[in-house]
Amino acid sequence: MTLCMPAADPAVMVRRASIAEALRGLVPPANVITEEETLRAYDSDGLTAYRQPPMIVVLPETTAQVSAILKYCAREGIKVVPRGSGTGLSGGALPLADGITLGLGKFKRILEIDYPNRCIRAQPGVTNLALTQAVQHAGFYYAPDPSSQIACSIGGNVAENSGGVHCLKYGVTSNNILGLEAVLIDGTVVTIGGKHLDAGGYDLLGVMTGSEGLLAVITEVTVRILPKPTAAKALLLGFPSNEAAGICVSAVIAGGIIPAGMEMMDRPAIHAVENFVHAGYPLDVEAILIVELDGPPSEVEELIARVAALAREAGACYCRISANEAERLAFWSGRKNAFPAAGRISPDYYCMDGTIPRGALAKVLARIREMETRFGLSVANVFHAGDGNLHPLILYDANKPGELARAEAFGAEILKLCVEVGGVLTGEHGVGVEKRDLMPAMFNDIDLAQQQRLKCAFDPEGLLNPGKVFPTLHRCAELGRMHVHGGKTAFAGLPRF
Amino acid sequence: MQTHFSPRQLADPALAEANSILRACVHCGFCTATCPTYVLLGDELDSPRGRISLVKEMLEQDKPATAAVATHLDRCLSCFACMSTCPSGVDYMHLIDTGRAHVERTYRRPWAERALRATVGAVLSHPGRLRIALALAWFARPFAGLLPARLRNMLKLAPKRPGVTATGPGTYPAAGPRRMRVALLTGCVQSVMEDSINAATVRLLTRHGVEVVVSKGASCCGALEHHLGRLDSARAAAVASIRAWCAEIDGKGLDAIVANTSGCGTLVKDYGHLFRGDPALVADATRVSELVKDISEILATLPLKFDAVQALRVVYHSACSLQHGQRITAQPVKLLTDAGFDVRQPAESHLCCGSAGSYNILQPEIAAALRDRKAANLAAVQPEVICAGNVGCLVQIRSGAKVPVVHTVELLDWATGGPAPEGLAAGR
Ligand SMILES: Cc1cc2nc3c(=O)[nH]c(=O)nc-3n(C[C@H](O)[C@H](O)[C@H](O)COP(=O)(O)OP(=O)(O)OC[C@H]3O[C@@H](n4cnc5c(N)ncnc54)[C@H](O)[C@@H]3O)c2cc1C
Ligand code: SF4
Ligand code: SF4
Repeated sequence: MTLCMPAADPAVMVRRASIAEALRGLVPPANVITEEETLRAYDSDGLTAYRQPPMIVVLPETTAQVSAILKYCAREGIKVVPRGSGTGLSGGALPLADGITLGLGKFKRILEIDYPNRCIRAQPGVTNLALTQAVQHAGFYYAPDPSSQIACSIGGNVAENSGGVHCLKYGVTSNNILGLEAVLIDGTVVTIGGKHLDAGGYDLLGVMTGSEGLLAVITEVTVRILPKPTAAKALLLGFPSNEAAGICVSAVIAGGIIPAGMEMMDRPAIHAVENFVHAGYPLDVEAILIVELDGPPSEVEELIARVAALAREAGACYCRISANEAERLAFWSGRKNAFPAAGRISPDYYCMDGTIPRGALAKVLARIREMETRFGLSVANVFHAGDGNLHPLILYDANKPGELARAEAFGAEILKLCVEVGGVLTGEHGVGVEKRDLMPAMFNDIDLAQQQRLKCAFDPEGLLNPGKVFPTLHRCAELGRMHVHGGKTAFAGLPRF
Repeated sequence: MQTHFSPRQLADPALAEANSILRACVHCGFCTATCPTYVLLGDELDSPRGRISLVKEMLEQDKPATAAVATHLDRCLSCFACMSTCPSGVDYMHLIDTGRAHVERTYRRPWAERALRATVGAVLSHPGRLRIALALAWFARPFAGLLPARLRNMLKLAPKRPGVTATGPGTYPAAGPRRMRVALLTGCVQSVMEDSINAATVRLLTRHGVEVVVSKGASCCGALEHHLGRLDSARAAAVASIRAWCAEIDGKGLDAIVANTSGCGTLVKDYGHLFRGDPALVADATRVSELVKDISEILATLPLKFDAVQALRVVYHSACSLQHGQRITAQPVKLLTDAGFDVRQPAESHLCCGSAGSYNILQPEIAAALRDRKAANLAAVQPEVICAGNVGCLVQIRSGAKVPVVHTVELLDWATGGPAPEGLAAGR
């Protein structure tokens, strides 16, 4: 592992057996996992470049058990890493050698479906897709749809503020949740928000969303559900160049059209996916765009025609309009399976997540092509074109010495490029450990110290998911008396992890 | 995914295969979502991705399996929902085979469990012994309360009356001009427990111009033993069937080998792989694999004459071995719809019913939880009859259902002029 994590505390690790024993008193004994082979199965999330078996895995079944575990850990000074479905792509759920991984896999119940208030109250381990499946027979759905929606948990979605192909029109997770129940590190159970849109006081819901497991363990989520649009159609467009596709994206947005989703894939991505999904993607183009329009049927028809015309003007050489629901879903299934399908063309891939101004797309893709030769690795690009969120998949082979290090260096350059063209480090996969050390490329020390103060307010001892998100080690007590001189903190020299 | 096998290990074909399977897994976790045991238990170790990791560790380190590893691998139903879901094409089926074989080789189970597994293997896959056991079970029923829980579970699954086989070895000629000649795999369990399914299959096929042979010697395909990780016993059972069918192919010729128990069909379709290390048999095994078809695949090619339309509301349960093992989903539904049935599909149709070979005997708690979940999903569409294409599912679902549970071919036989399946005749 080329990543530097906080040094494990030997004083905690020698107490492993007694800690496990104590945990067995708090949850059913079979829910405490300590054997070496079995811990390995928990050693990473969806970012396999970094692996570390946890000291212990504990799988609570109720909020009361979560509370008891956290209370115990706070008292004993034991670190806790929350884990949902382990599909994260930034190493947010990467375990610690001296930490407990607290898995929420057993929190799988939908607690309440409330149509009059248009919401679902669910446990955090319920998958994103299961929420939609629970209400679709009544004509409703949960809008944010990460490509991993089949497997990722709603708790993980809240922790990462996840987005999806339909977020262009319907917003990301933070725009679609109404309330949370969470457990603080001292064991206190708090309820934030409720079933209504706006809660009084500070926007704590906003603070918790995207907190990457650093502030509290989420034990219940109330999400907003929307009525399914009466009609939805998608266009599958092919272009002779990435530039042409980029021009089309800008033209659609500039034309005042808000598609339900607008996704782009470049040539290597198209080929990888078509092999698995057989979605009928054209194979002789450089880029495809999938544009979905939804709403009342007449509006959809008109917008489809306008987008098709704009695509033609931008130089599209292929245009297919979904003839029915099955075809529309087939267009999407290719896109939604794009990442793992990369596993068919390469044993490993490193999925990047940066956001750029839409206009910079062609330039960024051209620069990535240049880097490909420099690093000797190829890249397949998948792009939430509508909101500028780029996912280059760097293809590498972890079994070949040196390739992982090259992939990491390549990735860091791509992210710096995103910031350079006026974008940001992350679109939706979070910072985790992956982008932790790049945070200073985006924020200065004052910004970072300010963000850490918030963390300290929730978790003064730094026990919840330490080593993630923040590049520099600060003790909360030190932050309290931090002096800032001309943008430099007194602790600028403090060691990095 | 990165792997750590040494060149020496990679010289072993089984490990080389495991290595290439593992390399394809990108650890995305999609497969966890449709895995019945993960859905129920919520522990990564009971998910496909977790099991892949357990197998990887064990094989890479060449370590004996621990009790925990054996437990989590034993809980796998081999339903292969994970393979239908995996976007990266990970061949979990052959990886878990290698993993199970390693467990069998390196781990000594507690005595009671060893005895139970040996009994299951020895009895279920030998029609003669099964018939005796069932007769004993029939006598034992009144004393069920005195038996240990797991044996009681075996008893519950036994039919009320041990059946008499009506479809013994022999040739069943086509009615009218002959369109094709097929061998029927009658299945070791099925031929004893529910021979009515074989009888319906023979009637249905011969009625539509197909000559059916039941080859002597081809009585068990080896799937039950295979499920238990006993690849050698599985191969031994398979050899007899391969010989019998090859004699048939080389004799009067076969257009297909028909399986109406999809659990068996899935393994027989894989014989080529099962015998890949056996130069003496691999060619014949492959010949057999290539000829095997599920009954629904054969029926889809025949012009079926539906003359007795029954507008019953049928809920179709898609057996895992059909939908995930053989990727057959559309044909059975289409056949039933063409026959005039009002076919409904249940929620969570991808989830296993918990039958899974001998799983319901070896893992009764999980099997019962899955059965109850399946029964509730099936009942939710308010069917008049439940149907499926695999005998194991029928037996399992019946123990939790309030309406008749029959094989797809029994309904199709009925709709083309055959007798009504048991429990359906009254009132119609
Ligand atoms: C193939 C693939 C495609 C993907 N596509 C998308 C996409 O389109 N859009 C997108 O936004 N993301 C995507 N992701 C990333 C990932 O699925 C999301 O980040 C998801 O929200 C993670 O959920 P999880 O349940 O797997 O969380 P985990 O990976 O288990 O955890 C993620 C983080 O959340 C924390 N956490 C989890 N549960 C809780 C809880 N209950 N309380 C407190 N903290 C918690 C963890 O500590 C960790 O920091 C994709 C991932 C994969 C593998
Ligand atoms: S879905 Fe496939 S690639 Fe993804 S974790 Fe499961 S087996 Fe591996
Ligand atoms: S075969 Fe079935 S039970 Fe086994 S891991 Fe795959 S989905 Fe789970």
